[in-house]
Amino acid sequence: MSTPILEVRELVKQYPATLAVAGVSFSVPEGVCFGLLGPNGAGKTTTIEIMEGILPPSAGAVCYRGEPLGNRFRQEAGILFQKTALQDFLTVRQCIALFRGLYTTGLEVDEVMRLCALEKLAGRDARKLSGGQQQRLLLAIALVNDPAVLFLDEPTTGLDPQARRNFWELVQSIKARRKTIILTTHYMEEAELLCDEIVIMDRGRIIAQGPPRRLLHEHFAEVLLELPRQEFPPAARTLPLNIIDASDRVEISTHDLEATLRTLLEAKVPLTNLRIRPANLEDLFLELTGTELRP
Amino acid sequence: MIRRLLSVLHARNLEFLRDRGTLVFTLLLPVTLVIGMGFVFGGPERPLFKVGVLAGRLDGQAHPFLHERYVAFITLADDGAALRKVTHQQVDLLLDLRPPERYWVNTDSPKGYIVEKLLLAAEPAAVREPVTGAAVRYVDWLFPGILGMNMMFSCLFGVGYVVLRYRKSGFLKRLHATPLTAFEFLSAQVLSRLGLILLVTTILYAGIGTLIGFHNAGNLLLLALVGVVGALSMIALGLTIAARFSSEELVGGLLNVLTWPMMLLSGIWFSLEGSPRWVQWVAHAFPLTHVLDAARAVMLDGAGLPQIAPNLLYLAATALAFLAFGAWSFRWRIE
Repeated sequence: MSTPILEVRELVKQYPATLAVAGVSFSVPEGVCFGLLGPNGAGKTTTIEIMEGILPPSAGAVCYRGEPLGNRFRQEAGILFQKTALQDFLTVRQCIALFRGLYTTGLEVDEVMRLCALEKLAGRDARKLSGGQQQRLLLAIALVNDPAVLFLDEPTTGLDPQARRNFWELVQSIKARRKTIILTTHYMEEAELLCDEIVIMDRGRIIAQGPPRRLLHEHFAEVLLELPRQEFPPAARTLPLNIIDASDRVEISTHDLEATLRTLLEAKVPLTNLRIRPANLEDLFLELTGTELRP
Repeated sequence: MIRRLLSVLHARNLEFLRDRGTLVFTLLLPVTLVIGMGFVFGGPERPLFKVGVLAGRLDGQAHPFLHERYVAFITLADDGAALRKVTHQQVDLLLDLRPPERYWVNTDSPKGYIVEKLLLAAEPAAVREPVTGAAVRYVDWLFPGILGMNMMFSCLFGVGYVVLRYRKSGFLKRLHATPLTAFEFLSAQVLSRLGLILLVTTILYAGIGTLIGFHNAGNLLLLALVGVVGALSMIALGLTIAARFSSEELVGGLLNVLTWPMMLLSGIWFSLEGSPRWVQWVAHAFPLTHVLDAARAVMLDGAGLPQIAPNLLYLAATALAFLAFGAWSFRWRIE
């Protein structure tokens, strides 16, 4: 078996009042999109920042191609932080050129701009970009050294749905170039679309790990029925069903759809707004933690 | 390494030159000050003779000359400094009341000629010591001070706040994720600011020098060397403040704590000759004092390298010490 491109071993990050990461271990094979999922405060940003070499761990280690993080890693890693400001008064092209100058090898500035659809914005002041354009610029900067491994820390947070979808298309085109991508997100749709493997974290620990489809298959053989909470009569809660409370809805997990529907009809539960769907990663999180994702 | 340093240097230069407000302010403040000072102090001299006196006590009984009307008598302690004042016509005559009674008069000074007549009428036995030298106006003396003050503000606040802003915005954290080292980053900041300061100072020197009719008595390259070493020392001092902290209030306060004593005690506005010894010790700890002492020695007295070498060595040593401390304590991100 080949050496994983990144290996995290017994990682711990202890702050004075908080244990942010409580001993996590996992490996990232080369060429996959690897997702770190979890709610805010789960420890995923701390974990990814230790993996990026930005934060020192309290204990444990991160290895890149079997060696501790060093110069080679800095030359071969591309990073998009959750929040990044750039220098004032620089154009899009100049921002990219600045970072290109920090690496010995990489892509040409024009090529990076083309990859991230920034050609028409080349001469624009970087401060005057929209949210989606700004993220594309930051992605371009992360790609400027033609990285072997690309870290994307909540890259679509705060973007409108269209900008988010455009960004996903960009990430998919990067995946197609066989780059390894480490992605943190709390958008389950994003993880399902992009990630080949995921780790779900909560309170600094890993609570599930593996390919999304396998995890869903392992935890859910059922389908889910969703009903608006206000249309679900309190008396129906005593029915012999597997009922899960979500924020604005009630979910019923079942192996036997017909029998469950019959039970609900007999109890005169209104089914006008009933929705039936397969389980997703958010359901998996609820299943594993008993709490809804905290955005 | 050079490629990375040049990339950061180029980007920082672009940022500064495009920040029109800061650029205009950097140029306008010292021009305004010098024109204002030149206007206030550069006009016709007041009709008052000034005589420097080297003596522990002014005894009017023994020396009737001390009763002359329209003559201001200024007690001076340092013989060398007092003699320079006659040479530069900052006093019209220097009188040493210690026996044998002597006086120094600048033979190029019309006022010296008249005061000498008054002295000899009152005290004919005084021994004459003639000196020569062109007059140094206050504005000529002030000129290096203004250049130095502008340099100090630009070095300390320019670098300090820029690094603080980069850290607070997360830009430093992003740079930290690249192969760029702290030394490369700091060197680029130092070089960028040094280049801009030298450019601005050269423009000011040429522009204001022409405007007030200033003549440099010394070597221009030596003066440039004073500017380079002095700016390096003060930029490095600014970096030590900005190297670690993330609070604008704290950094602003610390920079003010540094700049105000330098404003008052480094000899921008007036000479510290005659001030208490401890004040002079404190003043000589400041890099700006050494910049101004060396610059005035070159510009006004035509001093050469040997005369200003102690100042240059002090500035170079502090530059290295501040840079080393700044690089050691540097933080890329908010702790």
